Amino acid sequence: MADVTMRIWRGDASGGDFENYTISQNEGEVVLDVIHRIQATEAPDLACRWNCKAGKCGSCSAEINGKPRLMCMTRMDDLPEGPVTVTPMKTFPIIRDLVTDVSFNYAMAEKIPALMPPPMPEGGYRMFQQDVERGQEFRKCIECFMCQDVCHVIRDHEDNKQHYAGPRFFIRLAELEMHPLDTNDRREYIKEEMGLGYCNITKCCSEVCPEHIHITDNAIIPLKERLVDADYDPVAWLGRKIRRRTKRSATDAAVQPAP
Amino acid sequence: MAAVESSTKVVLGGTRGGPEVATLRQDRWWVQPVVTVSILTAFVIYSTWAAFQNRYYFVGAIFHRNLISPLYSPCIAGVCLPGSKAGFALNWWHLSPALLILIFPLGFRLTCYYYRRSYYRAFWWSPPACAVSDAHPSYSGETRFPLIMQNLHRYFFYAGLVFNVLLTVDAVEAFREPGLGWGASVGTIVLCVNAVLLWMYSISCHACRHLCGGHVKSFKAHPWRYRFWKFVTPLNAKHMNFAWASLVFVAFTDVYVRLVASGAITDYKLF
Repeated sequence: MADVTMRIWRGDASGGDFENYTISQNEGEVVLDVIHRIQATEAPDLACRWNCKAGKCGSCSAEINGKPRLMCMTRMDDLPEGPVTVTPMKTFPIIRDLVTDVSFNYAMAEKIPALMPPPMPEGGYRMFQQDVERGQEFRKCIECFMCQDVCHVIRDHEDNKQHYAGPRFFIRLAELEMHPLDTNDRREYIKEEMGLGYCNITKCCSEVCPEHIHITDNAIIPLKERLVDADYDPVAWLGRKIRRRTKRSATDAAVQPAP
Repeated sequence: MAAVESSTKVVLGGTRGGPEVATLRQDRWWVQPVVTVSILTAFVIYSTWAAFQNRYYFVGAIFHRNLISPLYSPCIAGVCLPGSKAGFALNWWHLSPALLILIFPLGFRLTCYYYRRSYYRAFWWSPPACAVSDAHPSYSGETRFPLIMQNLHRYFFYAGLVFNVLLTVDAVEAFREPGLGWGASVGTIVLCVNAVLLWMYSISCHACRHLCGGHVKSFKAHPWRYRFWKFVTPLNAKHMNFAWASLVFVAFTDVYVRLVASGAITDYKLF
């Protein structure tokens, strides 16, 4: 096969630029194969994060020709003719070359109130298949953070990182809110602390998800509708009054059960 | 019990990798926004023009047809053409009857989750496409007025259902041929398809899916809701298709009725 020119971002927090590597490619190779060969032949100091090379660990996320993709799942022969551009994920601070600091995501993960089941009944908890299936889709997430990377709310507006969890954590919150054994009511918390209202449902997270999770349709929009139930629906408000139910405040919802 | 505290602090303002450009995408990402702008702009211009015409929206006894444009139904103004009036009329309203009613279907589509995705991308460029820079320096999403009003979608959905019932009645009424009895013409089929597409658009709506069963925590505890939700969910996956098809067909139906009512074309009888 013909040689290919790889334009790879090289640099760290002090700055960087593209470097071109013209290298042979073999049939059936993915971008990560070519990156590894560049490491082996021309640039042994090229930093890139990877692990399983099977699209399941979510480590090798990068932007290939400007779009967030897993390097191990992007075949070279699927890319258009011409130089292939590889850059680190834009939303997160760079560490070196293609490696970014994704600790923003770990900070957000820690802020999510955990499952709050009722006291264990005699015979243990029981889950039924239709309820299991609903949350199963969200469990496919491999935490590649490409949905977080492509989300313009934080990609283009750094200041929103303080109060916006991002699509990866909206699917986690949706899973908890739809869990039949969960007794917490996180709606105010999702609105006030997780920033669901910032999402304008442009569906880019769903477009880049390598696990094809319907993030917007099955998690974000259902959460938005639950917030409508809580805050904008007078019929639901009347129902709560009649049945003497109150929604839980953001502060109360954030209280974690003791381990 | 303890409040959730994150031990990992969010660090803002770190240096990002990659060049400072709007996008590195090489594909034709601009095609989708251009198509969306073209179709929606064409529809807005046409429907505005049609709403102010205030004529040729009803084919009556002269042509032995009972066809009314969806942009003018229900015709509740005092100035409605003979035979097109709904059960009651607002006699004080002397402008086009379309101006009275279009606010509801317009509000339904304007607050629809699919259309929001489309026009935020195409018109507001927030963002114009995935991994293409937002055109605005600051962003508050749907947390403030006016965009917080998008949360009213559910009410426009309810109003949309009322309109669907009325347009279904119109489609049934289209089988009545004044002076001839009952029968069907091409116009009857057009009104029927229009009503079906509007029903599909409404039923596949995300708010409908939520109200059917999406709001419950346990499907096992709500078997009927689960059945409704299971029915609506595959339709919801096609919501985009129904959104475009119903939008285009509403305009087509108005064009057809307008051409028949003005005498420009003949509405062929089928049986």
